[in-house]
Amino acid sequence: MTASAPKPEDRRRIVRDSLGVGIATGTYGVSFGAVAVGSGLDVLQTCALSLLMFTGASQFALVGVLASGGAPLSGALTALLLGTRNTLYGLRLAPLLGWTGRRRLAAAHVLIDESTAMAVTRTTREGARTGFLTTGISIFVLWNLFTLVGAVAGTAMGDPRTYGLDAAVGAAFLALLWPRLRERRNLVVGLLAALVALGVVPVTAAGVPVLVAGGVALLAGLLLRERAGA
Amino acid sequence: MTWLAILVAAAGCYLLKLTGLSVPPQVLERPVVSRVADLIPVALLAGLVAVQVFTTGPDLVLDARAAALAVAVVLLLLRAPFLVVVFGAALVAALLRLL
Repeated sequence: MTASAPKPEDRRRIVRDSLGVGIATGTYGVSFGAVAVGSGLDVLQTCALSLLMFTGASQFALVGVLASGGAPLSGALTALLLGTRNTLYGLRLAPLLGWTGRRRLAAAHVLIDESTAMAVTRTTREGARTGFLTTGISIFVLWNLFTLVGAVAGTAMGDPRTYGLDAAVGAAFLALLWPRLRERRNLVVGLLAALVALGVVPVTAAGVPVLVAGGVALLAGLLLRERAGA
Repeated sequence: MTWLAILVAAAGCYLLKLTGLSVPPQVLERPVVSRVADLIPVALLAGLVAVQVFTTGPDLVLDARAAALAVAVVLLLLRAPFLVVVFGAALVAALLRLL
């Protein structure tokens, strides 16, 4: 049985694990920076996204829609839809972290996939807070730093197609999606969504196909029966 | 317009995070809501992959990006780290275009 109060070595282990995740995740801000300027954003806009939005999939989505010629607002809408999962993370973490007032306002900004993952499995409030803050803050610092590096390097390199950076965007989305595809239901929904998006590409404005693909999730969620034990 | 999209989406994403930390769980934790919310990232990311890789403007195309995606799949199956997957795919597309 695990003790309910975390011992010093537990805390050290949580910090070490969280920093590992933070470094691994934060450094791929360099790919976001490079891809974003390749999609037509300037360095300031790219850095503003990492500072203010700070949720990777939504950031990639916004620049991805812009890169394919979509309207800025359909890019924004796609980013927001992807951001809804953070709401669910928050629901799960709120009782565990137990923050109110200004601390909650600050914590919300670093509420992302990785900080959730490193907090949600802890058995104590202190452990959860340590995992959440160490992961969230280390990623925030590194992600922004490496976004700047990627954006500056990407600007200096010129045409992103020469370096295959346009192809890197698809790979980045797939890598973000990959862990979810182990579930059969997700695999089916993902394939359907991809086909539907491609199907409407010739007949809709750029940016719209991705939103239509999101509709597949809505439909599937409504039609699927609740599974036992799910 | 781009700045407006950035600021609106950033503010919205922050509010989505804050809502989760602030709302009583039972309000949003209905099976249908959580199921849809769980599936939305999957569908959107899959749609983004498809559009990003297989289209140019309104046309469906098969080019170096598709080969890069195939390489990304192989790298992911080999459990390569994120950066290797992303830049590995970019490298393959760049090399194919040199041919």
